[in-house]
Amino acid sequence: MKFVKQVAAIAWKDILSELRTKEMLSSMLIFCLLVIVIFNIAFDPGSSYLEELVPGILWVAFTFAGTLGLNRSMISEQENGCLQGLLLCPIDSSAIYVGKLVGNILFILLAEVIILPLVAVLYNVTLLPVLVKLLVVIGLSTLGFSAVGTLLSAMAVNTRTREILLPILLFPVEVPVIIAAVKSTARILQGEPWSEFALWLKLLISFDVIFLVLCFLTFEYVIGE
Amino acid sequence: MAAPLIQVAGLIKNYGYIKALRGIDLELAPGDFLSLFGPNGAGKSTLIRLLSTQAKPTSGRVEIAGYNLAEDTLELRHQIGVISHASYLYNSLTALENIKLYASLYGVEKPERQARKLIEQVGLADRMHHLVRTFSRGMQQRLSIARALIHQPRIIFLDEPYTGLDQHAAHLLSELLNQLNDGERTIILITHNLNRGLALANQVAILVQGRLIYHQPRTDVNEAEFEQLYFQHVSQAGQAGSGLINQLA
Repeated sequence: MKFVKQVAAIAWKDILSELRTKEMLSSMLIFCLLVIVIFNIAFDPGSSYLEELVPGILWVAFTFAGTLGLNRSMISEQENGCLQGLLLCPIDSSAIYVGKLVGNILFILLAEVIILPLVAVLYNVTLLPVLVKLLVVIGLSTLGFSAVGTLLSAMAVNTRTREILLPILLFPVEVPVIIAAVKSTARILQGEPWSEFALWLKLLISFDVIFLVLCFLTFEYVIGE
Repeated sequence: MAAPLIQVAGLIKNYGYIKALRGIDLELAPGDFLSLFGPNGAGKSTLIRLLSTQAKPTSGRVEIAGYNLAEDTLELRHQIGVISHASYLYNSLTALENIKLYASLYGVEKPERQARKLIEQVGLADRMHHLVRTFSRGMQQRLSIARALIHQPRIIFLDEPYTGLDQHAAHLLSELLNQLNDGERTIILITHNLNRGLALANQVAILVQGRLIYHQPRTDVNEAEFEQLYFQHVSQAGQAGSGLINQLA
């Protein structure tokens, strides 16, 4: 119960800060919008191959925007040495990790949900019949992405090249999530049933479980001296 | 004499080849106020980082309020408060939200009530609902004192708290530190300002190149002699440092 309260306090602090500054959300949304609009200009809206490109475009936007958001979220802990302040508290470091993770997932998901209807309009994709399936894939992928990203952003934030270092560290680890997300999204947009992308879903769930546990256990060492 | 609240024995800290602390022995009783002086790079902040559980020692033994630094880290953190040149405050939260956050994390009962009380005590009652980013450096430092005291620690570490403060803000901070010096709390202050450090302390020490080369009760110290002694050690440390650089070059 104590752990949950500590996690809630840290997550709530992030939510409150973000609601005031909108730094994380605005940077993610602007980036997503740019990617979607530029690809829309590049490809002819009526072309037959566009349907095959939408999953890729969607996840390019989501992953890069997510990286921006993760960076932003950890930078706020650097200002005034706030992360040190949290580390001085008599709480387990994993509470800081879970608290940050909850905030990150919430805002990355929010940006993704806002962007989805725009993708539907700009790329002429019917999302409503497949929305549940799509949200499941987005949810699982975002969880895996944020689990690793929260840990690595804490590692990268103390370096001068954090904006470059985070994607370099993050993307090789996230390859299974990105592949599974793109492949599942493609199947979903083609209107295929759950069974056709169940394997990818299993991969996403396995990745989420393994990396959540791993990151939870290693955060203390990453964030230490 | 009361049992020591801080006991440090043979404390060593190495960062790779760099020997930041070379065997510190220190004992402080409840109510002691130690002002620790030393040139830049002497290891003062490293000592505070170790004592406040922000870093792990290479070797040596530290006991604070009966808790072992290596084994009872979380319990020990309940006993200490740290005030540094960094405020540890979130710019986009209000003063009250900041202190309430730390109160919750320290498990303080009735966090909002305690937070309000402390903010009033540091003279920021009228700015309670203002965002920290609108605060001056001095106001942030006063709020940072409220943050460090929210869980009523028995030991307070002050790591160059005067950094960046103007004369008026520094004077206000000294007054607050005087109030903290209530004879029950043990305080270690790191500062480069000899006058302020000597005015507040009942013990003074000099740390040079990771060694505690001087530690005396304040009453035994003559201000002018201490100043001379301090500059002598600092210049020796400087010469030793430049000698080393010359050798390396």
